[in-house]
Amino acid sequence: MGDYAYAAPTSLEEALSVLESQANDGQRTQILAGGTDVLVQMRSIDKEPRTLVDIKQIAETNELSIGADEIFIGAAIPSAALNENDELKGLLPGLIEAADLIGSTQIQGRATIGGNLCNSSPAGDTIPALVVVSAVCVIASPGGSREVAVGDFVTGVGQNCLGSNEFLVGLKIPRPGNNSADAYLRFIPRTEMDIAVAGAGVALTLDDGGTCTSARVAIGAVAPTVLLVEAASAALVGTKVDDDALNAAAAACSDAASPITDKRGTVEYRKKVVGVLCKRAGGIARDRASS
Amino acid sequence: MSKLHVTTSVNGQPEEVLCEPHQSLLDVLRDELGLTGTKEGCSTGDCGACSVTLDGRLVCSCLVLAAEAEGKEVGTIEGVANPDGLHVLQQKFLEHAALQCGICTPGFIVAAKVLLERDPNPDETTIRYWLAGNLCRCTGYDKIIRAVQDAATELAHEA
Repeated sequence: MGDYAYAAPTSLEEALSVLESQANDGQRTQILAGGTDVLVQMRSIDKEPRTLVDIKQIAETNELSIGADEIFIGAAIPSAALNENDELKGLLPGLIEAADLIGSTQIQGRATIGGNLCNSSPAGDTIPALVVVSAVCVIASPGGSREVAVGDFVTGVGQNCLGSNEFLVGLKIPRPGNNSADAYLRFIPRTEMDIAVAGAGVALTLDDGGTCTSARVAIGAVAPTVLLVEAASAALVGTKVDDDALNAAAAACSDAASPITDKRGTVEYRKKVVGVLCKRAGGIARDRASS
Repeated sequence: MSKLHVTTSVNGQPEEVLCEPHQSLLDVLRDELGLTGTKEGCSTGDCGACSVTLDGRLVCSCLVLAAEAEGKEVGTIEGVANPDGLHVLQQKFLEHAALQCGICTPGFIVAAKVLLERDPNPDETTIRYWLAGNLCRCTGYDKIIRAVQDAATELAHEA
């Protein structure tokens, strides 16, 4: 077993080469972005020494760009910086709200969407919000870079498809059109700083008459990974996203959920609440898309 | 284990320290630099007692590695007072008796100072949400909120 070490590479190539050389030396590595999960876990549940590879000195992980077709959010950008960007908030209000729900002002100053995704908790708030806006992970890999849809990235509780020689550079999101909008809601027993009992994200597009032409609905904290609920999406498409359609989408979410009973809620409660959240988030997304 | 050489700035003063790779900024401030105004509460980012600024952004120093402070500006409670006396926030915390044991107070003042720099006239809800990451087990928060509101009023008069 090695010692703790710290590296702050300044390019993607250097970061990949640090990961490779450490692996060749038999040294464990872990990527460090905001550190709000990594450092807590390193001091409690998993104290094994490792080399922390800080990706915050790399240009690409600090990139935040809003293009005509695509938005890119680098993996090192803290939630507070996203929340201060009014253009981004206007385009992806649901995703930014999901990021803003995580932790205190202090945590917001460090925590990243990329880190929330890579921590791969079933209750990670930004994951359903990323799934519904069709976000794609840009992953630095020894062979170059590869892309994986967020919906395919998380493979289990705390697990994802990143290899030990890879890391997340950022997230690519198609720029929503004028008639498109997203929303994310979670339930916690207090107003701030808790882990979701259940969460639901909805993104939809309306035509000029207010009829829904496409919809994505994803639910969190009710299964080992975030679930994209196709039946809920189907219940919204072709409707005016009225109460009947939202109730049908809610029922589809409750049916799709396969939660566990734990200290935060029971199976029955979570299945009920996730439907209510879907209905409310769907209404918010509809109102945003039509305004 | 090889130590890391970190060059940083604390309250405007250049500092050089040797630290362990996994040592927190909190531990380096307290144990290496002797700046014990910043308090350790939970060391998991929940309580805010260790609040400092890093390049102007409010963070928990327990969740920052000292190595990450390389080339950055760190601001602690020791840098809050003016050469000629207490900062308005410090004075208002005294006047409103916004502390009892005092462990949380440096974190509250550092956090509130960042808020008032960004938003000189915050309403009560804004103050409460901004300070939600700072825990106080003595006061019940009301006196703290009033001290921050009063400080905002006084700073507006000074401006």
